[in-house]
Amino acid sequence: MKETRGKIYGVAGPTVMVKGMTGAIMNTVCLVGRHGLLGEIIRIKDDMATLQVYEDTVGISVGEDVISYGDPLSETLGPGLLAGLFDGIQRPLDKIRVAAGGFLTRGVKVEALDIDRIWDFTPVRKKGDTVSPGDILGTIEETERITHRVMVPPGLGGVIKEIKSGKVSGAEYICMLEKGQFIELYQEWPVRRPRPFKAKLPPEEPFITGQRVFDTLLPVAEGGTAIVPGGFGTGKTVVEQTIAKFSRSDIVVYVGCGERGNEMSEILSDFPKLKDPTSGLPLSLRTVIVVNTSNMPVAAREASIFTGITIAEYFRDMGYSVAMLADSISRWAEALREISSRLEEMPGEEGFPPYLATQLGMFYERSGKVMCLGSEERTGSVTVISAVSPPGGDFSEPVTQASLRFAGTLWALDPDLAYRRHFPAVNWLASFSLFQAELDDWFGREVAEDMVRLRNRLYSLLQRQTELKDIIQIIGVEALQESDRLTLEAANLATEAFLKQSAFSEIDAFNTYEKQYWMLKAIFAYLESAGEALERGVFIETILESPVKWKLARMKDEPNEGFSTKARALIGEVVSEFSMLEEK
Amino acid sequence: MSLDLIKRQYRTLATISGPLIFVDRMTRGSLGEMCVVDLPEGEQRTGQILQLMGERAVIQVLEGTSGIDSDESSVLPTGETARVGVSMDLFGRVLNGFGEPIDGLPPIVPDEYKDINGLPMNPAAREKPDFFVQTGISAIDGLNTLVRGQKLPIFSGAGLPAKELALQIVRQARVAEAEEFAVILGAMGITSRESFFFRRSLEEAGALERTIAFINQVNDPTIERLFTPRIALTVAEYLAFERGFHVMVVLTDMTSYCESLREIGSAREEIPGRRSYPGYMYTDLATLYERAGRLKGGKGSVTLMPILTMPDDDITHPIPDLTGYITEGQIVLSRALHRKGIYPPIDVLPCLSRLMNLGIGKGKTRDGHRTIADQLYSAYARGIDVRRLVTIVGEEGLSDLDRRYLAFSDDFERRFVGQGWEDRSIDDTLDLGLELLKAVPEREAVARRR
Ligand SMILES: Nc1ncnc2c1ncn2[C@@H]1O[C@H](COP(=O)(O)OP(=O)(O)O)[C@@H](O)[C@H]1O
Ligand SMILES: [Mg+2]
Repeated sequence: MKETRGKIYGVAGPTVMVKGMTGAIMNTVCLVGRHGLLGEIIRIKDDMATLQVYEDTVGISVGEDVISYGDPLSETLGPGLLAGLFDGIQRPLDKIRVAAGGFLTRGVKVEALDIDRIWDFTPVRKKGDTVSPGDILGTIEETERITHRVMVPPGLGGVIKEIKSGKVSGAEYICMLEKGQFIELYQEWPVRRPRPFKAKLPPEEPFITGQRVFDTLLPVAEGGTAIVPGGFGTGKTVVEQTIAKFSRSDIVVYVGCGERGNEMSEILSDFPKLKDPTSGLPLSLRTVIVVNTSNMPVAAREASIFTGITIAEYFRDMGYSVAMLADSISRWAEALREISSRLEEMPGEEGFPPYLATQLGMFYERSGKVMCLGSEERTGSVTVISAVSPPGGDFSEPVTQASLRFAGTLWALDPDLAYRRHFPAVNWLASFSLFQAELDDWFGREVAEDMVRLRNRLYSLLQRQTELKDIIQIIGVEALQESDRLTLEAANLATEAFLKQSAFSEIDAFNTYEKQYWMLKAIFAYLESAGEALERGVFIETILESPVKWKLARMKDEPNEGFSTKARALIGEVVSEFSMLEEK
Repeated sequence: MSLDLIKRQYRTLATISGPLIFVDRMTRGSLGEMCVVDLPEGEQRTGQILQLMGERAVIQVLEGTSGIDSDESSVLPTGETARVGVSMDLFGRVLNGFGEPIDGLPPIVPDEYKDINGLPMNPAAREKPDFFVQTGISAIDGLNTLVRGQKLPIFSGAGLPAKELALQIVRQARVAEAEEFAVILGAMGITSRESFFFRRSLEEAGALERTIAFINQVNDPTIERLFTPRIALTVAEYLAFERGFHVMVVLTDMTSYCESLREIGSAREEIPGRRSYPGYMYTDLATLYERAGRLKGGKGSVTLMPILTMPDDDITHPIPDLTGYITEGQIVLSRALHRKGIYPPIDVLPCLSRLMNLGIGKGKTRDGHRTIADQLYSAYARGIDVRRLVTIVGEEGLSDLDRRYLAFSDDFERRFVGQGWEDRSIDDTLDLGLELLKAVPEREAVARRR
């Protein structure tokens, strides 16, 4: 380790300039000033280093001391992360609360993971085994929900000389190699460096969210990235939270980046009470929360998404499917801009630094489904879903545009839909999923053979709805052809009954693919049967007034279990209802 | 005597620019530290260190730089950050934007001094806000419910009755709230007429003894405006978290605040962000708005109602935009409704209360509240669509159903939103909503559901 010492030369907002730092290393951390605040070197020019400081810089004076030990900004990985709540640089907020009270004072030093906590370690390797990076040494039941697989860290390997069993703590090693190297329970990993894997795998399965508009129309693949741009109040946070609650992933890493404190207090109070849909255990047991609210230090906000994704990769490496939810990536970009402008860098578009897209890419590219490191065959994935907060709701701004380059799925939120309380307020025509073709096989195999066809029909119906609405704007609804009025009615039904989904209704909040499929079947049965009646000569008014529509609109109130039976019965009812309608 | 205690005055003013002075070879002084600026004629002003670079300090002068020279004026760092004295004696008092009494009454002896920037609340220590506050306004209570500890701004336009609405809310919420209720007014850049209006209204509401007013008027120094909301919020936090009060803070007008922020930014020659407001305005506003809330294990709460004027009625302007991104919803006033003579002229469609779900329902307001609200929304939205249609295709092109929605939206605006000065209970609000819904199939859908 290399020690460098300097003296503070200047302070501007979250940045500090330090003189006398010859030999300092880029992106290493420093202790700044008399409070020993944590900072990271982000620029070096001659003997002057510029630091971003992760705590409030008020009160810092010129001439105070700065020390760097040459370590990169790292975090501690190991058992104890789950159900944890950390700030942007992985300080444990609940422990800080115990140590310092309700408000965040500076310079409180608490270890990220509790070093004294005792864990029960079951080794799966023994003395004399040869292990290489990524190999699983043993397991710990970290929570009732998740088994923590203790792995050989990247860069280590060899013949095991000693391996522990039973009670272990973070303070000691759990394995000694013949070369004399120790493997500890807690690993340090630099947050800005992606964790290694064997190979990236192509997307072939959907990441199941339980949200109809996403799963059916706009799927994201496991290991893919989806972005959710939308003006304020369009439902980004609810999308993130709904996915955190209901998605079929093993682990959820939720990063509240530059957003509201009260939103986090909701998650914190709800997640221990809510049940994880797959295991029935409290949701908090599969969740790690990283939160750096808008009023917390801006440099730590910048670090928060890297802290989050490193944790996500760590669980991926164990062979889990991980959802990495970032709300919002725009606040990260703004932190970058704030710091960059203090450095007086040449600004790019909208004042963002020119390297915005590169840095953003470095984050998004850490998503993916991979063949994990280690001799046992296993795959893991990180699916990234990030909210984007475009100023004025205008998607042409740099952060949305740069994110679009890396996103496989776009869920574009629309204030018009949100204003009329149509949620999720996804503008289905402005959104896209590049995974559709890749996932069609899976849909046909795992959902139903005609699922892809139904989805395509839904697309055409919605497309037609838009056209018809434009026509009405010119000639009025009464002037439409009868068949078009029926199409419009069916499209409105699909919009209300299928696309609209309440995140707050217990039954409606999560739908299986099976339920989604049968809902579509019923909606198209309506369109077909009503169409036949119309052809037979039934008045369009009679058809439109048919009360069976209300039953279809209420399908969402039926639970997933047994839905297909109910749907079949409902389809029967639809068919007979329309066949009984009398002609003119 | 240690060197730190030697007070050093600096006579090395190099540059004076807008509200800023640049002082050279200033070896003492820390970021955010307050300074005394001595003028040749014996006048003293207050400065704050904004930036340190080598031995050059950038200092903003609260009262402005006019009259400061580079020869004789001097700067003395005080060793303190900006602080305000807090005390229960503040109740009933009127102070300037910097916390000094302007009501002619004796000075206040503070119990203690607090840093006006406060500290971020630890997210782990926040209590989920879920206590319904009855404002007596249907468009709020029924559709965009306010809860204790929420930050809910009013987006207004020039000449729209935002202040009247804020005061009506304060007055009516006071009636419904418990005894430990306090109102703090932080006014930035208001006219003397407005200032008078606030005082008189609070007096009429009998709320004056529960009120603390910090008033910075249009002709007061602009830099003072950057301190006013911080001082107001510091006192609010003290009352809420140390004295157990439910504090309602009204900040007006955030647009003046943001303009002062912009002024400092351009004096510092910073690279401006959107519409020349500083790039850090989101963070800056967040350090104000996020001070609303409740603390676990604590009794009190800080509920924040900032008022802002949307320049040109444009909701995408950075001031409303960044505010809406931070606050827990917004109440939006509409010029069109105002012109129709509807008071309060609340355009409910773009309104939102993000914390509504936590504060409503059985045991809080009424079972089924959410459904009523959702249906009023969707029916009104549909009525507005029809209204738009009428302007193009005329009434003839409408179906019967369309006509019903059209009539509904008119009724809704007139009766539900346009309640005037009535103080409506939540029950009356919801009953009225149900009654109006009878006219449209939305209601039918619920009836069938039952
Ligand atoms: N899926 C949904 N179901 C019901 N209500 C929703 C849904 N999504 C959003 N909302 C409503 O919209 C409000 C704003 O959503 P939020 O996610 O906080 O917006 P954003 O993060 O985009 O600013 C929520 O408080 C809620 O009332
Ligand atoms: Mg949000």
